[in-house]
Amino acid sequence: MHPALDVELISVTKRYGSTAAVENISLRIPRGTYCCLLGPSGCGKTSTLRMIAGHETISEGDIIINGVNVSDLPPVKRGTAMMFQSYALFPHLNCIDNVAFGLKMRGVGKAERRARAGELLSMVQMEKYAERLPAQLSGGQQQRVALARALITRPKVLLLDEPLSALDPFLRGAMREELKRLQRELGISFIHVTHSQEEALALADLVVVMDHGVIVQSGAPREVFDTPATAFIARFMGGHNVITNGHGAFAVRADRCRIAPPTANEGLPGSICSIEYLGAVVKVGIATEAGGQIVALLPDDQFFAAPLMMGAPARLVWAPQDAHPVAA
Amino acid sequence: MSTTVDTAAARPAAGATRTRAEGRPLGAWLLALPLALVLGVFLVIPIIMLIVVSFLDYNSVQILWSFVLSNYQEALGSAVTWETFAVTIKYAAITWAITLFLGFWLSYFLAFEVRGTTWQMGLFLVCSIPFLTSNIIRTISWIPALGRNGIVNSVLLHFHIIHQPLTFLLYSQFAIILAFVHLNTLFMVTPIFNSMMRIDRTLIEAARDNGAGFWQTIWNVVLPLSKTGIGIGTIFVITLVMGDFVSVSIMGGGQSASVGIMIQNEMSQLQYPAAAANAVILLAIVLIMVFLILRVVDIRKEL
Repeated sequence: MHPALDVELISVTKRYGSTAAVENISLRIPRGTYCCLLGPSGCGKTSTLRMIAGHETISEGDIIINGVNVSDLPPVKRGTAMMFQSYALFPHLNCIDNVAFGLKMRGVGKAERRARAGELLSMVQMEKYAERLPAQLSGGQQQRVALARALITRPKVLLLDEPLSALDPFLRGAMREELKRLQRELGISFIHVTHSQEEALALADLVVVMDHGVIVQSGAPREVFDTPATAFIARFMGGHNVITNGHGAFAVRADRCRIAPPTANEGLPGSICSIEYLGAVVKVGIATEAGGQIVALLPDDQFFAAPLMMGAPARLVWAPQDAHPVAA
Repeated sequence: MSTTVDTAAARPAAGATRTRAEGRPLGAWLLALPLALVLGVFLVIPIIMLIVVSFLDYNSVQILWSFVLSNYQEALGSAVTWETFAVTIKYAAITWAITLFLGFWLSYFLAFEVRGTTWQMGLFLVCSIPFLTSNIIRTISWIPALGRNGIVNSVLLHFHIIHQPLTFLLYSQFAIILAFVHLNTLFMVTPIFNSMMRIDRTLIEAARDNGAGFWQTIWNVVLPLSKTGIGIGTIFVITLVMGDFVSVSIMGGGQSASVGIMIQNEMSQLQYPAAAANAVILLAIVLIMVFLILRVVDIRKEL
């Protein structure tokens, strides 16, 4: 047991019948970490979160939270709180009673719990809606209430299951900043399940990439993005070209690639098959001679200084230090 | 069950209104007509007749066409009437409490403990099998079980659990309540099950996550969210028990009274206006009960 850890997973496995949803994963989450579990659907990230929360039994292994083995403890004894993807607000209770629910279950008196709930509602800027029912709120507002409800029991670890996926893009950005701010202010660990690499990079101190029930890479966001360990991670994180040559596979960030004339004696030959103007950058696709497509993201000024033509032969080039070998 | 008919007829009408927004479209009236005819002929006209007859005079052979209040004066002035109404309301209250308890937990089991909709619906259909026979037959079939030499007494005597046959089993208030519970529990199960199936399962998890134990979850989450089903079931059970006369006369062995039996007796003595007056009083009481239930529970949520 490590004193500086909030959460530690030790060889945790979850089986449904004979299929393993999560297989033998180990993870250490230091104090006050914003941790994102990232992966495609079905990768086991939600099962992992639910095992930490205590809503799913652990088939094998142990979960340590704040120095205590909680593997067989109910959610309330774990010091965790979960924010559900669907928010799961009680439809028959108004906002303040929803937020106060956890205190009511602990036998806190009405005046005291309503006062506490009021404080948390103002922390998420929802104090004006205290008497509203969940059905009278927008998705973003419901989420704020759900966040306040999860935080009222002063959890040591907050678990968030795809918290931003139901919001429209504008709200998602605003809420993302708010989650980060809250995590910093509260100083507790957040474990946030998402399938959006952009979300994970923007929020996390620790990105944990999962695939097929195992952790394929974990580390700081820059580390995971700059040096993906496998071709899967490079493709999943996006913005990378995965190129195979005689020595094996390597990944190069698309924004580090440049287009060279076909006469250059380095890089990959091909012809330009797509040009997309994206504002700050221009995305140029090259169909390689070997088959397949690779991409260069060019700064707009650079592109328009020497515009390229569709179908023109070209070479994709990169600096050797930008190529990182990856496991297939 | 008239509610399903109601909505089915109302929806096409609403659709027709939308297609021709101006004025009152003929199509909407036509679509509402069948239901209006059925309700008019079988509900509204009989009730009007009932009310009219309740204000008519009568002698031992015929109804006299003169307006009187004596039927109500006699009914409300008689201690027997009050006692009979009190007994009937008592039956309704006890039956309601027992069917509510059974209905809630049967529904809870079906909705939350049984895994998979196939099993849920299968078990639910099993609950409804007794309804393939008539109420009267199901009531009568208790007699061989509960009689002095019936199955229950024989078994208990055989195993020396008792030494004298139990006499309270049949032709007693116990028997009446037993029959009512047997006949009416499904009317409680169905709407409560329906309500519970609509409860989002993550709410139960959220309650658990917030530290609620089993009973706290039942009391703070499941019960409030089943309120509409409980309200609808309550209306079914109370109206059925308040209006019953068959079960009481079979299971009470002619010893027990109910408003239904009182009305039946008056009719058999050709005192139709007196019977009508009691029926109107009964109707009023039941309507007040339903009104009170609807004040507590918004059943439109379920429709």
